[in-house]
Amino acid sequence: MTSTQGAVGQSIRRLEGRAKVTGRAQYVHTLRLPGMLHGKVFRSTVAHARLLGLDASAARALPGVHRVLVGQDILAVMPDPHYGPAFHDQPVLALDKVRYVGEPVALVLAEDPHVAEEAAALIVARYEPLPAVYDEVEAMDSTAVVHEVLKPAGTFPDLKHLQGKRDTNIALDYSLRRGDPDGAFASADHVFEHRFRTQQVLHVPLEPFVSAAVPGEGTLTLHTASQSPSFVRIEIARLLGWPENRVRVQVPYLGGGFGAKLYIKVEALAAAAALIVGRPVKIALTMEEQFFTLTKHAATLRIRSAVTREGRITARECEVWWNGGAYADIGPRITQKSGFTAPGPYDIEHVRIDSYALYTNLPPAGALRGFGIPQLVWAYESHTDMIARELGIDPVEMRRRNILREGRPQATGTVMRDAAIEQVLERTAERMRWSEAFDRGSGTRRRGRGIAIGFKASVSPTTSVAIVNIYADGSCALYCSTVDMGQGSDTAMAQIVSEVLGIDIDRITVVHPDTDVTPYDMATLGSRSTFHMGNAVRAAAEDARSKLIALAQDVGVSVETTPIGEIFRRKYGMQAGNVVGSGSFVPAYTPTDHHTGQSDNVTPFWMIGATGVEVEVDTETGQVTVNRLVNVGDAGRAINPAIVETQLSGAAIMQLGFTMTEQMRFRDGQCVNPSLADYRIPGILDIPAIIDNERVDATQSSGPFGAKGVGESGTFGVSPAIASAIEDAVGIRLTSLPITAESVLRALREQQGRPLQAD
Amino acid sequence: MGTTRTLRFTLNGEPVTTEAPSHWNVVELLQNRFNLYGARESCGQGLCGCCTVLVDGVAVSGCLSLAARVDGADVRTIEAPAATEDGLDDVQQAFIESGAFQCGYCTPGFVLMTRKLLDECPQPDDEDIRHYLSGNLCRCAAYPEIVAAVRLVAQRRATRG
Ligand code: FES
Ligand code: FES
Repeated sequence: MTSTQGAVGQSIRRLEGRAKVTGRAQYVHTLRLPGMLHGKVFRSTVAHARLLGLDASAARALPGVHRVLVGQDILAVMPDPHYGPAFHDQPVLALDKVRYVGEPVALVLAEDPHVAEEAAALIVARYEPLPAVYDEVEAMDSTAVVHEVLKPAGTFPDLKHLQGKRDTNIALDYSLRRGDPDGAFASADHVFEHRFRTQQVLHVPLEPFVSAAVPGEGTLTLHTASQSPSFVRIEIARLLGWPENRVRVQVPYLGGGFGAKLYIKVEALAAAAALIVGRPVKIALTMEEQFFTLTKHAATLRIRSAVTREGRITARECEVWWNGGAYADIGPRITQKSGFTAPGPYDIEHVRIDSYALYTNLPPAGALRGFGIPQLVWAYESHTDMIARELGIDPVEMRRRNILREGRPQATGTVMRDAAIEQVLERTAERMRWSEAFDRGSGTRRRGRGIAIGFKASVSPTTSVAIVNIYADGSCALYCSTVDMGQGSDTAMAQIVSEVLGIDIDRITVVHPDTDVTPYDMATLGSRSTFHMGNAVRAAAEDARSKLIALAQDVGVSVETTPIGEIFRRKYGMQAGNVVGSGSFVPAYTPTDHHTGQSDNVTPFWMIGATGVEVEVDTETGQVTVNRLVNVGDAGRAINPAIVETQLSGAAIMQLGFTMTEQMRFRDGQCVNPSLADYRIPGILDIPAIIDNERVDATQSSGPFGAKGVGESGTFGVSPAIASAIEDAVGIRLTSLPITAESVLRALREQQGRPLQAD
Repeated sequence: MGTTRTLRFTLNGEPVTTEAPSHWNVVELLQNRFNLYGARESCGQGLCGCCTVLVDGVAVSGCLSLAARVDGADVRTIEAPAATEDGLDDVQQAFIESGAFQCGYCTPGFVLMTRKLLDECPQPDDEDIRHYLSGNLCRCAAYPEIVAAVRLVAQRRATRG
């Protein structure tokens, strides 16, 4: 038990590398089961309406169609077929109403997916249209009400105060009050106020949503591309009225997740259909259908600051309206968890925040790599930069004067610990050579640079459990429900086991999530796994280690000098037996006060990320080219530095797409560009010529071997850094995402006093 | 739905014969008849490259090609083992070493296209690499690592002579 090859701190190669480069890695999307039927969804074509009736006779008559299911049919197996992590508001299939274009209304089952698809197109629905609301600010007091009654799920203890409200679109309002903002604004040298907007975008994992359900004798097995297998089991069991042990959820590799594949997506529909027809049912959505399933929250943000002559921010007021779409999904949690960081990583004495999760008649919005943080950073970093330029203070210097330092209280009152905010800012400035002269271009090609920094609290309260099983030959397996959706968690977790037990990484298997086998984990989200599951895995490995030591003592040898296989042989007389260790991790947490938003321990750890960019703007076309992208993050001590850097750069490039090209466009609530042809995600040609990634030298003392999460940190600063760099280059400020050549050109022409016609 | 037809072709070096419904595309043919899942459908519109296969040496989007297209052709997929001791060629090796993937869903397409690129242009510069691979999408955005992997192979082949 002395060698620690492949252990913590080394950039060892991914365990599953071979399976991925040979095309043999398993995904649910390519799963085939004997006797399975394919399900194709018939979707609503109206944004808000009463569902008067459905005519599925032509679909049923099509040769090869096995069955057509409508909302009422689901009641046979799920008496109340509404699901959701915050509210039980989303029906498995629409019942009396439809609330967005694309909502599932019926399901066609056939052995041939082409037949099912053709039949789904033959279904006709009759609707009585209702007034609809699409804009999050209008939803605040719209007479169009998306849900008559709200039913809180009671899943999360921190959202206990959620109440069923009538006749409103407000799913959750979160407020924070600190100090005396009114007094500070009244006596301020300067007051600045700006309004910002972010657009609807979506995750676009290249493996679209998919679940396959297999009915058994009073049991059900789900193979699903899910980031939250434990939640899926609990929720499906609840819907069926079954104990958890009769539902089994298995998850292989995911072809990307990014927050999309959380909670229930197509699992409930596949489960109900399989139980109703008594055969395996697979529902694999197309790329187009992803646009009708889950988006990122569009948001409107108003931010106002009181600032001294010297550039010290004394008070900040933030109002945020989150467009949650027709079903709440995890939106209320975003509104609160992200809401309390709305003033930014700054030391501000007087703060007021009001954050609203709103229902509208658009596709539901959920978590997307950053859990609302990129929207907030877009606002507070653009705002901070605008103030700096207005006051004639260097933007980095402006941030230095206000930065939230170690040991100082954040807006919730929680004192900052192990948050390398200052270091991340300084390293970004250094890598950008901020204090040196910069070539600003000439003629129609102007250059500028910008910098932005953001921070995020980790999710809480939350639980992770892990089991380590040492085999009699000294190899071992780790059982945990963390889902490797590409972030490399299998490798990082195996490194932790290797470090504790001294077992070579090649002799460690990571058992993929299977709720009959692997223990509970809240979910793979919010960059929580390295910290939470990492701590649980470490505890499980340490438990196994103490048991192994006891076993060795029992047979009169030392673990330091005797190979593990030999210890087992002495005990059992042959290669037999196991040593099983288990561990769990539940961080300490104090919920925020419902009235003041205050808490003395609001998060187990902080994530910090900053971005610096250099851009070139073509003043004749409005084209913006990002020439340099610098990403700096605090990941604590990295378990696997190479994987951390790939996470930083992957996150930043994704956010580059959300900044420059990606936008779901809607007409009367209908997404009109649901295709990769019209919704453009970053390709290899969009990648900046220079990308620099850096992890600052920091330690998370409560993390496993000093580590913490980093999957989202690269997204934080990208959008505002680009907007600031554009202002630096050509003197225009964009406050609405995305930043397209058209929006830049429009602003330039406006600045020159010869505005372009509206379109 | 429609008729089936008999297809005879060479698949990863082996002659094969099968019956397939005429409306199937190449991805369905490979998955349903041959249990080959490395070519997988994502966008379904010829835009992402996840479904790439080589038909008579030409890279083809399996999602857009009807199964009949392969009749009489020589088809190679990512599953064709390389003639090396461990079954991986230098491109696959470099992808692993450079960490040129995260979720791996796009990886077979990128590996096949990289092989083609290096056949056609043994010493590509970054511009060549970007242009040649611009038809493949990676949502995990492992692009910098993919470019590094391609460079690594080119460099190794050059020093090997
Ligand atoms: S699935 Fe064929 S190109 Fe995207
Ligand atoms: S590795 Fe995930 S899409 Fe490329």
